[in-house]
Amino acid sequence: MADAVPSSGLALTGPVTLDTLDEVRALLDRAGPATRVDLSAVTALDTAGAWMLLGHRKLRIEAASPAQDLLLRTVEAALPPGRMVRPRKARQRAGDVLAGLGAAVEGFLATSAQGLGFTGLVMARLATTLLRPKRLRLTALVHHMEEVGLNAVPIVALMGFLIGVVLAFQGATQLRQFGAEVFVVDLIAVSILRELGILLTAIIVAGRSASAFTAAIGSMKMREEIDAMRVLGLDPIELLVLPRLLALVILLPLLGFVADLAGLFGGGLMAWMELGISPSQFQTQLLANVGATQALVGLSKAPVFAVIIALVGCQQGFLVKGDAESLGMRTSRAVVVAIFLVIVVDALFSVFFAFWGV
Amino acid sequence: MEGEAVISIRGLTNRFGTTVVHEDLSLDVMRGEVLGVVGASGSGKSVLLRSIVGLQTPSAGQITMLGTDVLGASAADRAAVSARTGVMFQDGALFSALTVRENVEAPIRERLAIDAPTRAVLADLRISMVGLPPEAGDLYPASLSGGMRKRAGLARALSLDPEILFLDEPTAGLDPIGASAFDALLNSLGEALGLTVFLVTHDLDTLKATCDRIAVLAQRRVLVTGTMAEMLEVEEPWVQSYFHGPRAHAAFGTEAG
Repeated sequence: MADAVPSSGLALTGPVTLDTLDEVRALLDRAGPATRVDLSAVTALDTAGAWMLLGHRKLRIEAASPAQDLLLRTVEAALPPGRMVRPRKARQRAGDVLAGLGAAVEGFLATSAQGLGFTGLVMARLATTLLRPKRLRLTALVHHMEEVGLNAVPIVALMGFLIGVVLAFQGATQLRQFGAEVFVVDLIAVSILRELGILLTAIIVAGRSASAFTAAIGSMKMREEIDAMRVLGLDPIELLVLPRLLALVILLPLLGFVADLAGLFGGGLMAWMELGISPSQFQTQLLANVGATQALVGLSKAPVFAVIIALVGCQQGFLVKGDAESLGMRTSRAVVVAIFLVIVVDALFSVFFAFWGV
Repeated sequence: MEGEAVISIRGLTNRFGTTVVHEDLSLDVMRGEVLGVVGASGSGKSVLLRSIVGLQTPSAGQITMLGTDVLGASAADRAAVSARTGVMFQDGALFSALTVRENVEAPIRERLAIDAPTRAVLADLRISMVGLPPEAGDLYPASLSGGMRKRAGLARALSLDPEILFLDEPTAGLDPIGASAFDALLNSLGEALGLTVFLVTHDLDTLKATCDRIAVLAQRRVLVTGTMAEMLEVEEPWVQSYFHGPRAHAAFGTEAG
C-alpha cells in the first residue's frame, strides 16, 4: 500500500480510491509529521482519493502525473466551503406535548374545512353538469361503473354470504337455548338488511375504490396532467371526480343489494342445515316478520356512503404532492378516512332512524 | 490506454413482439472516449442504453463491458461491473423520498462501509463538482428545477467514481446557457476523471462540443461511426439531412447549402 519514508515524506503506492479510502486515511494519520506525499507509484486515483489527499492536512503533493494533477485541481476547485452544520432538533420539552396536541387539533380543523370546501366545489360542479347533462362524460362514467361496481360483485357477494353463514350459526347456538330457533330468520334478516350488508359493502368499496381513486388522481397530479387539464380549460372536477362520484352513487346501492341477497342466501342455507328450517319456512317467516322496510332503510344509506367514499378518495388524490411517498401516504389516508366516516355516518343514521321510529 | 474497447456489442438483436428495434447491431466504445449516439426518435437509442446497463434483456447478441460478458455473467459479476458504471436518466430519476445529498450517498452507502461524515462530505463534493450550490444538498428532488435535477442525477451517477458513464439526453430541456455549462462540465469531468462516456443525445451543440466519436443508429443497426468531421462527409441521406440540416448549420456555423 505505501512505504513510509520517515521525515522526508510519504510515498503512496497502488490505488488511492473510494475502495481504499480508509487504508489511505490510516496511512496519512500514521505518517505523522510528513509534509510531502509522493504519487509516482499510485496506479489509480479518483475523486474520493483526491479529496483525501487534499483535505487531510497541508500536504505537498509531488510527482503527480498530468492526469492526476488535473483531477486534483478539479477536486480542489469543487471542494465544499466547509460542511454546513445543520440545526439540530431541540430537545423534547414539557410544553411540546401540548403544542403537538394544539397542532393536531388545528390540522384536524383545517382538514375538515378543506374537505367541506371540496364537497362544496364538487356539488356546485355537479349542479352545473346536471343542468347541462351533455357535459357528463358517459364513457368515463360507464368505465368507472364497471371498475367500482361490476368488478366488485364477486368479493361483495362472497362477503355477504359468509356474514349470513356466521350470523345464522352464532344465532342458532344462542336461540336454541330458548327454543326460539325460528327467530334466527329475523336475526339474520334484520341485521343483514338493515346494517351489516350495506356497512360491510361500503367498507370493502372504500378499501377497493377510494384507494384506487387516490392513486389514479394522485399520479396524474404528479405528472402534471391535472395542470395540463386546467390550462386547456378542462375542469378536473368535472372530468375526474364527477364520473367516479356518480358511478359509486349509482352502483353502491346495487352492490349493497347483492350483499343482502348473498347474506340471506348464506343465512338461509345455514339455518336449513343447522336448524332444519326449510327454505319455504324461511320465506314465510321472512315475509311475515321482516318487511321490505328493513331492506329499504339499509339501502337508503348507500348513496350517502358512496358520496363519502368518492369525495374522500378524489380529494386525497388532489392533495398528493410531487414525491412518491406522499402518494402512498394519501392512498392509505383515503382508505382510513373513508372507512372512519362511513362508520360515523352509519351511527348517525341509527340515531336518526331510532328517533323517527323507523 | 487508448484503443481498448470497454464496451463491445456484437450481433445485438432486440425484438418487441413483431417490432424489431435492433438487428445484428455491433458497436465498440473505447476507453476514455465520449461516444455520442444519435438517431431518429424511435430508432432504439434508449433501448440500446438499457440493454447495455442490463435493464433490458436482448433477444440475441453479446455485450462485453469492462471485460465481463454481462449477459452471461452471474449476478455478483454483474453487480461488480455495474459498480464501475454510472447511469444518468433523462429526468434524473432521483429518489423522491430522499434529499439530494442522500440520493448521492445512496450508492456509496449500499456498496461500501464508509463512515457517515466522510460519506456526507464525499456527497457534498460530488454535488459541488456538478455545479450545484451547497444548499441543494438538503433539498428534496420535488423542489428542484429540471436543470438542477439533471445535475443531481449526474452527481449520483458519479458517486462511485465510475469508469463508464451513461447519459440519456443530458441536455434535453435545459436552457442554452445551462446546456453549454453542462457540456463544459462533461468535458472537464471527462478529462479529469478519465471517464468513458456513452451519450445519447439529440443536441447537435452537445455533439459538437463533447463527442470524440459519433455513432448513428438507423435501420435497426449502427449505420456509421466516426468523428464529427467524418460525419459531415457521409453520403447516406439520413446522416446527410441530420448533419446538414438548418439546425446543424446553426450549430456548426457552416453555410446552409
